[in-house]
Amino acid sequence: MTKPGWRDLAIGAILEKGGTALEFKTGDWRTYKPIWSQEKCTSCLFCFIYCPDFCIEIEDGKMIGINYDYCKGCGICKEICPKQAIEMILERR
Amino acid sequence: MEVVSTIFPYTAWNVPYIHSAFENSAATISGVEAAYKAFKKKGKIKKKLNFIAFGGDGGTYDIGFQSLSGAMERGHDILYVCYDNEVYMNTGIQRSSATPMGAHTTTSPAGRVIPGKTQFRKDLTEIMTAHDIPYVAQAAPSHWLDLTRKVEKALSIKGPTFINILSPCPLGWRYPPSQTIEISKLAVESRFWPLYEVENGKHKLTYKPKKEVSMEDWMKLQGRFRHLFTGKNKNVIKDCQKQVDRKWEKLWTLQS
Ligand SMILES: Cc1ncc(C[n+]2csc(CCOP(=O)(O)OP(=O)(O)O)c2C)c(N)n1
Ligand code: SF4
Ligand code: SF4
Repeated sequence: MTKPGWRDLAIGAILEKGGTALEFKTGDWRTYKPIWSQEKCTSCLFCFIYCPDFCIEIEDGKMIGINYDYCKGCGICKEICPKQAIEMILERR
Repeated sequence: MEVVSTIFPYTAWNVPYIHSAFENSAATISGVEAAYKAFKKKGKIKKKLNFIAFGGDGGTYDIGFQSLSGAMERGHDILYVCYDNEVYMNTGIQRSSATPMGAHTTTSPAGRVIPGKTQFRKDLTEIMTAHDIPYVAQAAPSHWLDLTRKVEKALSIKGPTFINILSPCPLGWRYPPSQTIEISKLAVESRFWPLYEVENGKHKLTYKPKKEVSMEDWMKLQGRFRHLFTGKNKNVIKDCQKQVDRKWEKLWTLQS
């Protein structure tokens, strides 16, 4: 991800577009990675409510996976899951 | 400008926002809300817009306190949300008036001289209540339904509203990030952070703790209180418990 220099910015540091954080992927900050087990999951969606980075992907009211582009590996989803459907693994050392 | 929701020059906000200085977030939103009212009177804006200001505890309890008090007293139609992580985190863990007694921070360092912060925390929620505004509430992320209901309620009410949200901080409170929701839950269960609201001056608990959780139970999970568990510092835990009990009793009388 290259960051623009000051010459590229609008006067007054105004940002002309909203929601651009989507373009800035923070998943590479992660040390631990959550691994989701579809078999154990009951789609209670507690992990969705508590994930601080909105990384739990849902379709038709059911959990379908984790978005690793933004997941920072905090492990909150793992702790909160009542079915132990999420496990944290060391991604890098 | 933007440094809150992500790294500049990106932003997570998909609605118009102004990033202002600590002293004047409440003043800034007052001005914008006043301008909106003027435009509305002239028929230049028809839509109902919500005005929400966010501040940390440093920005709210301390640095921006005067402008916050002013905005509340003037009666602007705004919601002010304080994310209370009980320290100045961005600058590296300095004590604020929201920091609880006994907590180690870089400006209340636990050691031979002091056992962490030597003062009790300031009760900003009650100070806001004393402004006699239509709605004041305290919430925590562990109790998400309670939190979202309070935000919806605050936005539906005309006039100034204030919500104080406990925001556990792994780095400043020294616990593993995965424990965040548990720490928040125990802050509520231990009665350290009661969930309640004050509507038109009437206090109401929105959650009654079910378990017996002591301050010690909550504090021992956090490295910022580690020094309190040895020798003579144990008295500090007792003092904290006494303070929490005293405040809980007061709240209980107010709500019944
Ligand atoms: C007017 C002004 N004073 C001081 C600072 C330095 N400063 C930057 S972040 C910060 C801490 C803010 O603490 P808090 O409001 O509790 O938010 P947190 O970082 O904990 O989320 C301070 C003092 C600043 N940016 N602007
Ligand atoms: S908390 Fe666990 S069971 Fe519930 S949706 Fe998430 S992974 Fe599935
Ligand atoms: S590890 Fe944290 S950021 Fe990643 S999906 Fe789980 S709760 Fe979200």
